[in-house]
Amino acid sequence: MHDTQQTIVTDQPVFDVTEIRKQFPILHQEVNGRPLVYFDNAATTQKPLAVIQALDHYYEHDNANIHRGIHTLAERATAAFEQTRRTVKSFINAAEAEEVIFTKGTTDGINLVATAYGRKFIQAGDEVIISAMEHHSNIVPWQMLCEEKQGILKVIPVDENGELLLDQFEQLLTDRTKIVSLVYASNSLGTINPVKKVIDMAHQAGAVVLIDGAQATAHLDIDVQKLNCDFFVFSSHKIFGPTGTGILYGKRRLLEKMPPYQGGGEMIKNVSFEKTTYNDIPYKFEAGTPNIADVVAMREAINFIQQTGKPAIATHEQQLLAYATSALENIPGLKIIGRAKEKVSVVSLIIDGIFHFDIGQMLDARGIAIRTGHHCTQPLMEQYGIEGTARASFSVYNTMEEVDNLIEGLHRIIKMMKR
Amino acid sequence: MAQTINEIQDEIIEEFSLLDGDMEMTNFYIMELGEKLPPLAEQDKTEDHIIKGCQSKVWLVTQPEDGIMHFKADSNSAITKGLVSLLVRVFDHQQASDIMDTNLYFIDKIGMNRFIGTQRSNGFGAMIKQIRLLALVYRDSKEMIKTNNK
Repeated sequence: MHDTQQTIVTDQPVFDVTEIRKQFPILHQEVNGRPLVYFDNAATTQKPLAVIQALDHYYEHDNANIHRGIHTLAERATAAFEQTRRTVKSFINAAEAEEVIFTKGTTDGINLVATAYGRKFIQAGDEVIISAMEHHSNIVPWQMLCEEKQGILKVIPVDENGELLLDQFEQLLTDRTKIVSLVYASNSLGTINPVKKVIDMAHQAGAVVLIDGAQATAHLDIDVQKLNCDFFVFSSHKIFGPTGTGILYGKRRLLEKMPPYQGGGEMIKNVSFEKTTYNDIPYKFEAGTPNIADVVAMREAINFIQQTGKPAIATHEQQLLAYATSALENIPGLKIIGRAKEKVSVVSLIIDGIFHFDIGQMLDARGIAIRTGHHCTQPLMEQYGIEGTARASFSVYNTMEEVDNLIEGLHRIIKMMKR
Repeated sequence: MAQTINEIQDEIIEEFSLLDGDMEMTNFYIMELGEKLPPLAEQDKTEDHIIKGCQSKVWLVTQPEDGIMHFKADSNSAITKGLVSLLVRVFDHQQASDIMDTNLYFIDKIGMNRFIGTQRSNGFGAMIKQIRLLALVYRDSKEMIKTNNK
């Protein structure tokens, strides 16, 4: 049993899904003449009313530029913005709010660390380790870094079920390993990685660890102090918040050693043409006017998760996953890609003789939104010898009836296309 | 007398109008049309002939002859192959100059605009551009030969 996942003990409903669905206006519509079934939650989640209203409220009442304004609106906007920082701090249990940096999203956070930390601390011959199941945004920034600094990029292999080969990871670790950057939960397979174990092993070798929490944060309890990761990144839009903003958590002593990522306003203490001194964290990494409104509304997304309860959300999603998995296993010619013991609520599949794009189009015609393609994990798809999958990902507002619709849709596609 | 491009477009619009906008039936019909398109020989499925979309691949082979363009095509997606078969039906056996000047109004009328652009990039939009480009290149090369022979 991994140390990462809550134990799911019940198959009883944990909350009234109908009540949850009432908070998501977008779900109550028809697509192609049928009720929308939204199973593309790993790409982005829908937003509860509280988030939508917070955006409205901010622009209707509080909009001003933050931090330097001396008037009432600027003060209100600043207070709301900084309140989100404190909410995030408790949400991920950071030691202090200053360790929470607002970014554009997960990709931006990884690029920030690869650039600001990587350029300073990676020398020729040093190693960066990632895994075979990374999203392109946790591959390419490290490739760019290694290319620039003549570093070496190493890859932890993944087995047929989609689980990390930890013994191989142990072999890869050397005293030249400086950074390990690993996805917490795989976007294309659903695998939940034993990140705590990886972090401990990496630390023993003297490396720092970045955890890509994009797919984990909506589903799993996140405690960055308990994990003891050095950096943790995620996006607001995958946890019911607005697009265009996200979080980089970093340990203070590392953030303080890092040079700024971008130059501009907010990140400075004093500027003269001879010398500029930089601001303290977190502002050192927040050059320019940030995405204030979306940061403010993100707080409501976290409140929604806290009020609903992470354990309840996880239980509901695991029930959907288990129900869908067992129904899918009974469809002849269908193969589930990603059979890890511990998964978030993502199910990737292929069907003999039917191209994934066609599955997606046929389901869309029935109002069912899924994702098809390589899911920005081309190296992983290559390992499985496939071009892509059809992926359904479940969230708090999905129902068993919706899973039934998916299964019925797949049966129909197979019947019509293989006749 | 062969049909003009617009006659074929009108014929396609009429066929699709029978489906009454039902997306599922439209998809099935498109796939049926794709099945009727003769598959491309494996040796023709080369990198030179490939048009890559984000979601699927299209192979396009052209054989111009006496000012007339001939097309053969295939795809690894059944729906894309059906869409591609419509383009082959419209453009095969047509004059290069006609292909370049045509307003392709049937795509919008049968509700397939959603496949053009980046959203559901399946190689369909890229194939339209490629067909026009091939026609342009062929017409220009013909004109060059004419000028050189004068």
